[in-house]
Amino acid sequence: MAIETAIIEKHNTDEEPVSAFLPTVFKDWFKKRNWIPRPHQMELLARSQQGDSTLLIAPTGAGKTLAGFLPALCDLTTPPKRKPDTPKSDEARGGGIHTLYISPLKALAVDIKRNLEIPIDEMGLPVTVETRTGDTPSHRRQRQKLKPPDILLTTPEQLGLLIAHKDAGHFFQDLRYVVFDELHSLVTSKRGHLLSLGLARLRKLRPDLQTIGLSATVSNPSELCRWLVAQNRDKLNSHEAGLIIVEGGAKPQIKILDSEERLPWSGHSARHAVGEVYESIKKYRTSILFVNTRSQAEFLFQNLWRINEDNLPIALHHGSLDVGQRRKVEAAMSVNALRAVVATSTLDLGIDWGDVDLVIHIGAPKGASRLAQRIGRSNHRMDEPSLAVLVPANRFEVMECQAALDANYLGHQDTPPLRDGALDVLCQHILGMAVAEPFTEDNLYNEIISATPYAELDWNTFERCVHFVATGGYALKTYERYAKIKKTEDGSWRLTHPRFAQQYRMNTGTIYEAPSLTVRLLKFVKRDGKGLAATTRGGRSLGKLEEYFLEQMIYGDTFMFGGQIVRFEGIRENEAIVTPTISKNPMVPMYAGAKFPLTTYLAEHIRDMISDPKRRKKLPTQVADWLKIQGKKSILPKKNQVLVETFPRGDKFYLVAYTFEGRIAHQTLGMLLTKRLERARARPTGFVATDYSICVWGLDDIGAMIADDSLSLDGLFEEDMLGDDLETWMQDSFMLKRTFRHCALIAGLIEKNHPGKEKSGRQVTVSTDLIYDVLREHEPDHILMQATREDAASDLLDIHRVAALLARAKGRIIHRNLDQVSPLAVPIMLEIGRESVVGEANESLLAEAAENLINDAMSV
Amino acid sequence: MSDSTYPYRASSKPRTPKDKSAVTHVFESDDETLMAQLQEELSFALPQDACHETSGTCIHAINGVELVTDAEGVAYWPAEDTLLVADLHLEKGSSFARRGMLIPPYDTKATLQRLARCLDKWQPKRVIALGDSFHDEQASERLNSKNFKTLQTLMQGRDWIWITGNHDPTPPVGLGGDVMDCLKQGNLVLLHEPQLECEAGEISGHLHPKALLVRRGRRIHRSCFATDRKRMIMPSFGAYTGGLNVFDSAFAGLFDGKQFHALMRGDDQVYRIAAKDLRKKSPG
Repeated sequence: MAIETAIIEKHNTDEEPVSAFLPTVFKDWFKKRNWIPRPHQMELLARSQQGDSTLLIAPTGAGKTLAGFLPALCDLTTPPKRKPDTPKSDEARGGGIHTLYISPLKALAVDIKRNLEIPIDEMGLPVTVETRTGDTPSHRRQRQKLKPPDILLTTPEQLGLLIAHKDAGHFFQDLRYVVFDELHSLVTSKRGHLLSLGLARLRKLRPDLQTIGLSATVSNPSELCRWLVAQNRDKLNSHEAGLIIVEGGAKPQIKILDSEERLPWSGHSARHAVGEVYESIKKYRTSILFVNTRSQAEFLFQNLWRINEDNLPIALHHGSLDVGQRRKVEAAMSVNALRAVVATSTLDLGIDWGDVDLVIHIGAPKGASRLAQRIGRSNHRMDEPSLAVLVPANRFEVMECQAALDANYLGHQDTPPLRDGALDVLCQHILGMAVAEPFTEDNLYNEIISATPYAELDWNTFERCVHFVATGGYALKTYERYAKIKKTEDGSWRLTHPRFAQQYRMNTGTIYEAPSLTVRLLKFVKRDGKGLAATTRGGRSLGKLEEYFLEQMIYGDTFMFGGQIVRFEGIRENEAIVTPTISKNPMVPMYAGAKFPLTTYLAEHIRDMISDPKRRKKLPTQVADWLKIQGKKSILPKKNQVLVETFPRGDKFYLVAYTFEGRIAHQTLGMLLTKRLERARARPTGFVATDYSICVWGLDDIGAMIADDSLSLDGLFEEDMLGDDLETWMQDSFMLKRTFRHCALIAGLIEKNHPGKEKSGRQVTVSTDLIYDVLREHEPDHILMQATREDAASDLLDIHRVAALLARAKGRIIHRNLDQVSPLAVPIMLEIGRESVVGEANESLLAEAAENLINDAMSV
Repeated sequence: MSDSTYPYRASSKPRTPKDKSAVTHVFESDDETLMAQLQEELSFALPQDACHETSGTCIHAINGVELVTDAEGVAYWPAEDTLLVADLHLEKGSSFARRGMLIPPYDTKATLQRLARCLDKWQPKRVIALGDSFHDEQASERLNSKNFKTLQTLMQGRDWIWITGNHDPTPPVGLGGDVMDCLKQGNLVLLHEPQLECEAGEISGHLHPKALLVRRGRRIHRSCFATDRKRMIMPSFGAYTGGLNVFDSAFAGLFDGKQFHALMRGDDQVYRIAAKDLRKKSPG
């Protein structure tokens, strides 16, 4: 095997290069396999042996996993050196965990165990490896507590449970290394916040603890380096782990599918390209087809099978499917029994798949780093180029794909910056620490601010969180007698009742999905007068679907799920019963899961592409022509300009702004523009937002108003957002209520699971919407309202991007008042049409309307 | 692999998934307008029924007795100058707190504030609370002094009847008011739980009725009065009370199939929607 050039960046350049100690048994093993340890593997080993914590950034296939475990394996193999003055009990390991490995996915932990056991077995190392996940049976967990393995592979949630146990000190007494896999994906969420607090606790238990982070390329590695080690406010030095960067191997070969078919103006299904995608699958051994949503996965899978005349084994994999089904697909994958698998982000992370030689990405990747990750799935060997085909689903996506492709060649990264630690997560952790043992505020505060996301947490906020955990933290102090934790005379906070420990254990974690029902497939069902016969039993689980979707179904409705078309029969207890059927018009389930908005970085590239004739020329003819006509009928804005078009259509007047700031920011902007237009008496009646533009319409001629100066465009895009009732709008929105619900669950205000009450479900809780309304009116500054607003500002409203957009637009708005719709406006205008269509009968009407719209826009 | 990992279905043409990446906010057809459009007037209304859009009420006859339903969730009985309210569930918050769920302790205050507004509007000579006025038997003792005083003030100068409910089978301590299980007056029977064998004119609460409309991809879920000509089930009034869909099995046998109406609570007015236009929450 060839050795790639490793470019190793040293952080402490004045230090002597260190050399690693590799035990003979390892040297022999490498030799036998005809391998040479890669430089970054040796470098990481050396630094670990020196006592440092390190971040390793390497592309897929660089032997990252082996690198991450080599320090632990070597240490476990080397007999401990005896220091003369240490008592005997300290020198030998006491039988606790030696190395903890944390992965974002259960499946990844299982996969790593398989991979790790190969070298251990082949070298005959005296090392035990076990996994501990939500699926681990309780008897095995018990045994692990009594007789811990040397290496424990687990997830952030399990770590949370382990440290909230009174035996945590004993269990982790020998802990030497913590390895974080796919660190880049762990740190961006609330999960990462909770994990960072868990790490802080581990460091308190074992101050000499070393961390090893494994990560894909990110835009700001030093953020991750800080994350890995304790922060200390009192010192000026930055506290960062060492950094090893392995530059990518062979350049991936990526191309954009240049479809022969007519490119759609809008939509995300890529239906036009299914035939061409199928032809690609036929040409390669194994393909992964990535899509952005579960709905698209179901849709694409159905469409592929419709034309699968060769009966190629094509499978489906997404997060809602039954675990058994997913495992089956994964197993089939690893023995190369499949020709293609349609997958969502559940396959994003580093699970080792068989010999995938082609990655097809349907729809735009929404971010350059995300694309790089997914492409990395093919071939999984660093020295062979990955092969990928991007299939844009509409015209704007063609530009977006081109931008992402340019980025991948240029090596640009657009991972988001890390957020400050969330307060609801902190509340959960505080209760967990009380479950573990009594704490004093001073000690716990110092421990918490050693965790990077909470390094800036102020004492006051911390205290409010402690009081929230104790009594709800309300200004009206009526719950003292129901306190969960109480400050005792010695100044420590203690749990008031052991049942709160049980409550905590049942509700820990930060991942709460929308309520969902198991979908069970029966061959046939009996019905009586009232619906499903009570004797309905058995059947195979297809997976889980959200209650929201199933609630709208009535008996006889058909929908796609798990790659099948099924008929809805009814709901029994907490299961939806379906039977197989054949239908021409099945529905596609909608999932509440968030979509990623376009990154700022790609948006910039698209703006550049539109303004630069050289870059335009590289685009497929259909897209280039479209832009050319836009230039003739309206204008192509320069890179730093914001184009605003106004035009009449039907009995309404439209305003379209091409701001390219992503869907979330555009939604906020839409609200803002509507409010301001209302104030200017332009009588707006609606808006629609996409990733690329925002369209507002109304009853008055907005264009004419701008022309006669009764409406000022500069005023419309005024930077100052204060006084725009943004707050009011935000608080009324159902999205904020959903955010509040998550915060309330994570912070432990309400419980997902109540001891002994799992079955009854419904009546144990109060609707969080009602709680929100009451809290908003009577204590709007409550810590949970603060947590909710902080989440909303970044997740729901993208306030920062809107602010940046308005600042950028200042003085750079160009306005075109047109007689009719422009070519660039067609995609967003079609979104409006799409929304107002009800039922299938109108499909042809819509098609006709679209045809007219396009003709109007493109006729020169 | 008998249970195939790649099930084969060749014969169908799927519908395009609706694109949720674009979110339309259309102000023209908001919830209120939609309910107003669906409101059924002709087939159901009797001569004495009338909807007063301005005052947000809807007059409705039960067993020949005229009642005015208010969008706030109360009903006014003009003939007796009486206000009817159901399921206040006072101190539900602290009841949860006792079990370790420390939800905001402001529900009683919020509920009483709303009740005060209703009393202000109707100035009734008498109030009848149709049971479950307190969330549990100790709830009245947990009222803080401020809320206790507010409630006393509300009761002052008028007759007050506490109908007992399953949550509050014993009378509240030290508040006054008459306590009874059931009151028969005029052509009405006032009690907490609706009875399967119902006397004409039954007015009850207990079930917290809620109605769901699904139209043009919108879901409108509102608490409501559920009624036919014979009986009426009141919406729950308490700040922390949720609702139960009118097609839930708990309602089975109370109405003759879909021969009833939901008087759905809008922001400022009550909308009368026929049951045939409503959706079940959990079909089966």
